[in-house]
Amino acid sequence: MDNRKTSVSHQAYLDGITRRQRRIMVIRILIFVLFLALWETAVRQKWIDGFIFSSPSRVLGTFAQMWRDRSIFLHTGITLLETLTSFLLVVLIGTGFALLLWYSTELSAVLEPYLVILNGLPKSALAPLLIVWLGANMKSIIVAGISVAIFGTILNLYTGFSETDPDEIKLIYTLKGTKKDVLTKVIIPGTVPLLISIMKVNIGLCLVGVVIGEFIGAKQGLGYLIIYGSQVFKLDWVIMSIVILCIIAMGLYAMINCAEKLYLKKR
Amino acid sequence: MPLLELDHVSYSYHSKSGETYAVSDISFQVEKGEFIAVTGPSGCGKSTLLSLIAGLISPNEGTIRLNGSSQYKETTNIGYMLQKDHLFEWRSVYRNVVLGLEIQHKLNETAAAHVQKMLETYGLARFADARPSELSGGMRQRAALIRTLALDPELLLLDEPFSALDFQTRLSVCDDVASILRKEKKTAILVTHDLSEAVSMADRILVLSDRPAHLHQILEIHYDKPDMTPLEKRSAPEFQKYFNLLWKELNTHG
Repeated sequence: MDNRKTSVSHQAYLDGITRRQRRIMVIRILIFVLFLALWETAVRQKWIDGFIFSSPSRVLGTFAQMWRDRSIFLHTGITLLETLTSFLLVVLIGTGFALLLWYSTELSAVLEPYLVILNGLPKSALAPLLIVWLGANMKSIIVAGISVAIFGTILNLYTGFSETDPDEIKLIYTLKGTKKDVLTKVIIPGTVPLLISIMKVNIGLCLVGVVIGEFIGAKQGLGYLIIYGSQVFKLDWVIMSIVILCIIAMGLYAMINCAEKLYLKKR
Repeated sequence: MPLLELDHVSYSYHSKSGETYAVSDISFQVEKGEFIAVTGPSGCGKSTLLSLIAGLISPNEGTIRLNGSSQYKETTNIGYMLQKDHLFEWRSVYRNVVLGLEIQHKLNETAAAHVQKMLETYGLARFADARPSELSGGMRQRAALIRTLALDPELLLLDEPFSALDFQTRLSVCDDVASILRKEKKTAILVTHDLSEAVSMADRILVLSDRPAHLHQILEIHYDKPDMTPLEKRSAPEFQKYFNLLWKELNTHG
């Protein structure tokens, strides 16, 4: 941009954009507040049963009470830890496996149908098996988290690797590079943006897998709290856990976004 | 002894549907310091010819010798410029330019100084730390040329390196490249389907036939004032003569 004074029409255009953004923000917040208010009123006026539908004040009360007895930290912490662990393992194993497939075209040709089937399989079907095989512990829940995200990661990354412009690879060979140079100078740096976008999807998938695992075989965690709460009709627990899961999902996504910004700035 | 010597070279691709003959029985020689243009109908195997010379693929028949040796691939650097510059966006301009040196573990002080000097000479020093996307099309192609020259290649292969540029940039990059190559005293083989580019840049033009490419004719180009830039040559009286000659060759036999 040059330093000339902005013209009147341009200033008006900029103001228009700011106003529009502000309007969108206000409406967003308004929807949220109205929803909470309607919910609370409906329960207080006995339009709906607070025992089944809970209410914002009951959720807050439950939260405050669990904060005081510290149990909320345990459940949230466990779920978060399991999600992050499975996410890290998905990134490491997925990238490693995708590289292996790229390196050996024969291996990828052999394994492709298996990967496609496993990727399409609803992974919640695996969770009961995992619990039986690995026991009702953190290990099987982490594996459940991994199982949801891993096959898609491998397939997408491998596709990304294979779609590298053949001329970029040719360039490395004309500079007398080896396959290793192709990997480190072209394939890996070239697919970092793809890896980040895959990670954005994965972090949510891992959370899904972890919660499914906790449904079936856990004594702690938000998934456990949801199942246990629904069984003993403490629906305040259920809804509070769902709200916390929303916040976790948002936080994790924001974390990857931050990593992306950092990467874009650094390179 | 010629710098490069092709002796009855043939090459064919294999695919399920059959064998495609890309290059058939081609022989020619290139002297040191010469600028050769290779032209022919599109898809006739011009690029295959460059890949063969660069040693990326090996001929089915015949031999290619550089400085008299057919085992030149390991020891000699052959520069290869592709149609697009393929500067990597995740590297700065400088780090792109030294890519070849980095791969061959030759990025020492002498080499870095050489690169720095070229960046200065060819007007890119200011952009050393910039991203490739901040460069104009012409600057990008110059950066790609410096990347190639950084390895001090004995021979330079140019595979339609200007075809992705708009016409105006193309003319000026053409001039740039020609003057850079002359200053660095490089031998070059340019593949192009642009006849005026061939006529204005080359000392000799190899005319290839339709696929499988065989050498149809070699056209010698002489200008009264050989020191003219390609752009100046375009308005020289010989230009039209050679252009027409080449046009006729391609149309009657191509």
